[in-house]
Amino acid sequence: MGESASGSASGSALALARPANLPAPSASLAPSSLGIVPPLAVLGIFFFYPFVLILGQSFFSSHGTLSLAQYAEVLGTGLFRNALFHTITITLSATAGCLALGLSLSIVIAFVPFPGARIVSRMIDTFIALPTFLVALAFTFIYGTAGLLNGAAMSAFSLSLPPIDFLYSQWGVILAEVTVYTPFVMRPLLASFSLIDQAEIEIASSLGARPFRILRQVIVPAALPALMAGGSLCLLLTTNEFGIVLFIGAKGVQTLPLLIYDKAIQEFDYSSACVLAAINIALSLGFYALYRSTLAWLGKRGAGLV
Amino acid sequence: MLVWSKRGRAGAWLVFGILAGVVYGLPAAVILCASLARSWNGVLPSGLTLGHYAQAVSGSSGAALEASLITGVVASALAVLNGTAAALALRRMEGMPRRVLDAVFFLPSAMPSVSIGLGLLVAFSRPPILLNGTIAIVFAAHFVLISAFTFGAITAGLARLSPDYEQVAASLGARPIYRLRRVTLPLVLPYLIAAFSLSFALSMGELGATVMVYPPGWVTMPVQIFGLSDRGDVFHAAALTILLAASTLAALASVSLVPARSAAR
Repeated sequence: MGESASGSASGSALALARPANLPAPSASLAPSSLGIVPPLAVLGIFFFYPFVLILGQSFFSSHGTLSLAQYAEVLGTGLFRNALFHTITITLSATAGCLALGLSLSIVIAFVPFPGARIVSRMIDTFIALPTFLVALAFTFIYGTAGLLNGAAMSAFSLSLPPIDFLYSQWGVILAEVTVYTPFVMRPLLASFSLIDQAEIEIASSLGARPFRILRQVIVPAALPALMAGGSLCLLLTTNEFGIVLFIGAKGVQTLPLLIYDKAIQEFDYSSACVLAAINIALSLGFYALYRSTLAWLGKRGAGLV
Repeated sequence: MLVWSKRGRAGAWLVFGILAGVVYGLPAAVILCASLARSWNGVLPSGLTLGHYAQAVSGSSGAALEASLITGVVASALAVLNGTAAALALRRMEGMPRRVLDAVFFLPSAMPSVSIGLGLLVAFSRPPILLNGTIAIVFAAHFVLISAFTFGAITAGLARLSPDYEQVAASLGARPIYRLRRVTLPLVLPYLIAAFSLSFALSMGELGATVMVYPPGWVTMPVQIFGLSDRGDVFHAAALTILLAASTLAALASVSLVPARSAAR
């Protein structure tokens, strides 16, 4: 695919080539579009070649015959169904949580601004680049068996067993993912809120509209595209999240990425790992397509987001 | 202003403060406290010590710090090189080929990191290219994972660049290579530095692909932190996490300095 694309591209550049002393349009500044070949080759070797091998290993049995037997075998296991169930539950719950928390925090930052609100909104980009497992590690200090909440509760009510144990269920994973991925919702939201004319809101409230009515009728409709973009990005990221699930290490809470790691690294079962990876990649590409098409749709509406 | 009554505003801020404090402030504070605490048995940590930081920069953690820094620099440099080449070439294209290739270079960001690690493991444990067990496979994993973000940052920078300078240079007879070296690259340098910093920050925190491919002797910080916290050595893990977060933040802070300087020029 790469070769044909770059071939036709270099053809179009040749057609556009003209003498250098004429005022040239920007499309003819490069010597040739053949420049795309080296970076494409690098990506081909380190990204597409491994990707094709994963697909290949998932469809070919060890005897080299094409079959779906490996899929049937992996899909039939309770381990897979458990991982798929947890992946879907965690993805959907965490995304819903990110949308709710992101919307609430963004509304306050944008429409009920407090001193320092600008600094907070600028810190969001920084949060996005921090490693995700940082939050999981912090949660073990706060909500873990020997964490500060359990310590406080045990000494206050003289209990012998730690009363708070949600961290070691899928709820711990979901809460950690909401923390980590909410900034991804807030970024497009704050961008779209900055496009709302503040006068519109002030007029509405001077005409007697109460805050909740303005929220419902002005702010939330304007935020809808940004919520969709942020939400689909959250679906993609939470499906593939690995660090948080690994760090919390809750018994029985296994997601697809964690199961792939277990199969490949703990059990050296590469063919099962490849089947699982193919399924995970398909899911991930689906969410990515959703995200990109939301962005494209936003772009057409002229909202300069993300 | 959405809420006009003083009481309503105070209420909104209170809710915001509690939410942001519990969700973001508390975790950050807790890790910072733990990294400095001698022990933590009750509600509050007890005893102040820098011992965990001393541990975190020596021995196996010191080696992890070094491995992460080297991996981050090498992978980011490769990603900037490759991303710049791709973005410059794509700038010349239009229509369908450009859209398709754009999508191709963004595709790695749509992939689960663990699957990227698995793919590299499967692909480079067999001829013709054998990289399994070497440091190079870690570089490759980090390169692939950050490449889309690097490419995106550079493409965004190039898009802001007015073609006028290059067209003037071209009309004055500057050859393409000379033009690239003396006009285009100096103009996009701030964006290249920003792309490098972002890539470095992402590489420092990478875990999913690294645990799949890392050879013994090249343990990066996230892998080391996981190992420590898995063994229950949580204070040491907290100190190393603070160092990791600090280096990520330092890399990102350098980004915010660069555009200001280029604007002043």
